[in-house]
Amino acid sequence: MANKETTSKTIIVALVLCIVCSLVVSSAAVLLKDQQDANKKLDRYSNILAAAGMLNKDESIEDQYNRLITARVVDLETGRYTDVVDVATYDQRRAVKDNSLSEALSGEDDLAKISRRENYSMVYLVLSKGELQKIILPVRGYGLWSTMRGFIALENDGNTIAGLGFSEHGETPGLGGEIDNPKWKSLWPGKKVYQNGEVEVGLIKGSVTPGSANADYEVDGLAGATLTSRGVTNLVHFWLGEKGFQKFLSNLRSGEAG
Amino acid sequence: MSTVKDSLVDPIFKNNPIALQVLGICSALAVTSSLKVTLVMCMSVIVVCACSNTAISIIRNVIPNSIRIIVQMVIIASLVIVVDQVLKAYFYEISKQLSVFVGLIITNCIVMGRAEAFAMKNPPLPSFFDGVGNGLGYSAILIAIAIVRELFGSGKLMGIEILPLVNDGGWYQPNGLLLLPPSAFFLIGLFIWALRSWKKEQVEESEFKITSNTTNAQEAM
Repeated sequence: MANKETTSKTIIVALVLCIVCSLVVSSAAVLLKDQQDANKKLDRYSNILAAAGMLNKDESIEDQYNRLITARVVDLETGRYTDVVDVATYDQRRAVKDNSLSEALSGEDDLAKISRRENYSMVYLVLSKGELQKIILPVRGYGLWSTMRGFIALENDGNTIAGLGFSEHGETPGLGGEIDNPKWKSLWPGKKVYQNGEVEVGLIKGSVTPGSANADYEVDGLAGATLTSRGVTNLVHFWLGEKGFQKFLSNLRSGEAG
Repeated sequence: MSTVKDSLVDPIFKNNPIALQVLGICSALAVTSSLKVTLVMCMSVIVVCACSNTAISIIRNVIPNSIRIIVQMVIIASLVIVVDQVLKAYFYEISKQLSVFVGLIITNCIVMGRAEAFAMKNPPLPSFFDGVGNGLGYSAILIAIAIVRELFGSGKLMGIEILPLVNDGGWYQPNGLLLLPPSAFFLIGLFIWALRSWKKEQVEESEFKITSNTTNAQEAM
């Protein structure tokens, strides 16, 4: 066997290997991209539908979404629908990193510890015969370990919660991870958000006493997960508050969101 | 030269990569909290291990010795990325749960260890079976741990309820520790203990003896 230890042979082997491997990797990435994008889209659709409690396992997710949901973009500053960005192609996650499409938050403004907030946000409307039924809003905020991302659904009065669901989080399984527990999530529908113009809804320590003065605004805290519970309260307060969707929701009520 | 059967079966009990060689522990901790995720992880490791062994074995005679490790790494890394892409395309839910751990197969010592120890010295076909065998050995331990963790940690197997939880109106109070990574450490330890009590030849010789305490300074001198 010829000597394989020479410098030129080493370089040739390295080069050929790199080219072959990069071809394999890039063709896999290109060939599978469509399928992966379709999966991501379906995943988002099913999270949106699930947050509003409308996910029906027997029907194709795409059909349900197309039939029930209308996506719009809202300017969070004015609280009105906007056409500045295209609904179909707007990438909200990327917008957060873009200085021209988002603003930095600091101190007390940054309740949900997200450090930057996009100027435009997607909202998902459930319409039935042209009448607004539910509003689904994307929310996110920091818990104990991770940014929790999810959707909060409101009834058409803009004040009653219809559901809450997280699509992505890294909280402790069994403790903070219980934000995925269907039983806990079922505590949310029916809770009220605003009291005298302030966001009031939030998690409390322990369980809610039924019939108490604030029972409509309180949700059971997660046992053993104080920081995750606080994170959930903060993210709800932030996104339904002044920096979030409050203006949009009040415009919606007065019919000025147009 | 070992036979096909030997190279497939040996790594499961006789020469298990996790239990005897104590390799690949990190992913064994991370992905075993649910059985479904574990099965996908095991399949991925078997595929990567078998393919990387085969590929490295085919070109073993042209790999210059000075860059052999990095050559192995490049091949393994490429295969892992391909597997990751396939999972994202066809097993989206599970790939979301596996998150970074598929990528971390690259650093799984079992894959690299078999490439260096076996594939560099043997022809492609035996290398392929050696890769599958070691993947199976890894899988055997992972599946055993995952069954214990999922069953007693969340009362389910493959996501199907076996022990109804107190939270959902049943009687079983789940053991939260089992859902956290450290529990896998205890379980792996127990498995190794059980395995070595059964196959005594796997017990390592102690490297040194601790002398007994002495009461008397003279004696210690």
